[in-house]
Amino acid sequence: MSYLSIRNLSVRLKGGPPLLRRVSLDVGPGEVRGLVGESGAGKSMIGKAVLGILPPSVEVTGGEILLGGTDLLGLPPKDRRRRIGATCALIPQDPLTALNPSHRIEPQITDRLVNILGWTRAAARARARDLLEEVHLPDPERVLRAYPHELSGGMRQRILIASAFAAEPKLIVADEPTTALDVTVQKQILKLIREMQARHGTALVFVTHDLGVVSKVCQHLSVLYAGMVVEDARVADFFAAPRHAYSAALLAATPKYTDPDAGLNPVPDAVIDAVRAEVAAFDAAKARRGAA
Amino acid sequence: MSDLYRIENLRLALADMTAKPLFGPAPRIEILKGLSFGIAKGAVVGIVGGSGSGKSTLGRALVRLLEPSGGSIHFDGTDITHLPEAVLRPLRRRFQMIFQDPMSSLNPRHRVGTLIAEPLRLHRLDAIPDRVARALDHVGLPQNFATRFPHELSGGQRQRVGIARAIALEPDFILADEIVSGLDVSSQAQVLNLLERLVSDLGLTLAFISHDLSVIRRLCQRTLVLHQGRIVEDRPTAELFAAPASAYTRDLLEAIPLPDPSQPWL
Repeated sequence: MSYLSIRNLSVRLKGGPPLLRRVSLDVGPGEVRGLVGESGAGKSMIGKAVLGILPPSVEVTGGEILLGGTDLLGLPPKDRRRRIGATCALIPQDPLTALNPSHRIEPQITDRLVNILGWTRAAARARARDLLEEVHLPDPERVLRAYPHELSGGMRQRILIASAFAAEPKLIVADEPTTALDVTVQKQILKLIREMQARHGTALVFVTHDLGVVSKVCQHLSVLYAGMVVEDARVADFFAAPRHAYSAALLAATPKYTDPDAGLNPVPDAVIDAVRAEVAAFDAAKARRGAA
Repeated sequence: MSDLYRIENLRLALADMTAKPLFGPAPRIEILKGLSFGIAKGAVVGIVGGSGSGKSTLGRALVRLLEPSGGSIHFDGTDITHLPEAVLRPLRRRFQMIFQDPMSSLNPRHRVGTLIAEPLRLHRLDAIPDRVARALDHVGLPQNFATRFPHELSGGQRQRVGIARAIALEPDFILADEIVSGLDVSSQAQVLNLLERLVSDLGLTLAFISHDLSVIRRLCQRTLVLHQGRIVEDRPTAELFAAPASAYTRDLLEAIPLPDPSQPWL
């Protein structure tokens, strides 16, 4: 039984073109699903739709987002926000912009627990301390008193991970959480996310453009092009033999340091033309349905 | 082949503003701790290292955006270590830089044509429209892109504008600082292929800074690995990948996730 189940989700720019085209995917408790695609493919848009933080210029035109069996889109806005706030969390891309530079770390972790979930200050503080220990930050007391600029990029990302897990969420959306970090720190952070996610049995949606990362972190993946899922596969099957020509080309574009002649091939124009034709056919079919 | 760059015992210290007392000067941190190497004419050299290793600082010293605090940098036989800006200006045309984030390095209020023409005007070159057209050609952008604004372009196209700006001046040397790390894999591949072609067509010398060894492996014949302001390895790329000599290089290599679920990694 999946915890998050997205059914035929369509999203468009208000009065403009579609951004997501009937996206469906499932994530079970303790499962990790990767969302991959080029920039603009709509992978972050899915995460934003789930968390109810779509930009105001964008609207949902159809479909369902089932969270623990309840369709979020069917709830009144206030209930929807409460439900998402109590059960979901985000690990953002850039830890420096996600943390407020003029506040110490402690309130940035505990405010949500106190103000929204009604914890006491002391309980929230103790929880924050435990979490910082759990994400392997040395001297948590000092970190709680520190300002973001006093910490390194890797430490800041650890704090955001701790913060995401603070209220024991059922679902976490990680939006390119390591693109701002260098490879050695990326490895530590991915290890930490996997470890925390497995221990807490959290469902995780992992947005990235790096198939190397997907092969290490995820069990399932959805490959997106122009807001359409072109392939939905188990990770082991996908890397053994991608089914869609576009996802195969994306895999061929991924560099491999062990093989200097492979990788780094741009997606061929013919493949792009073919997948664009698929998108056009989808839109035409939708227009026909609309007219009928 | 003669060296275009000759770097001897290069040191560079910057003020640490986070530790600055209310009064008095900030303490200085030594970022580069005595680097010596040469870059041959026509070479493509990769510079790798983790964050804080000093690779960008080294790059900025090479194109003299920063003034070294010790040692020397010779560019084509001229000592540029402490040259004052007025003397340096005419030389600057010959060493250019491509920046990491084209969205913040390109003025959002200017059209692409103006952006490429600006450095040409600064250096008082003639036939500017022709040079702009040629630069657009070289990077594979259609001529009508000259009238577009940066926000109308994709990430890969913006980075091509960054490259066009640098090559329009017909430099001898280009420094590329993490220019593909913000791009998705397909645009990454396109930009790297373009750079590879330009190096051979225009006879450029290139220093390519990256934290991604797989990109370096594809593009560079020689690689410098920097760690905490020191060179820990300086060898032909193929050798470095076959048998990394330093523990730090091995760490960097092993940290790259290969697109293969059977590789034990985490």
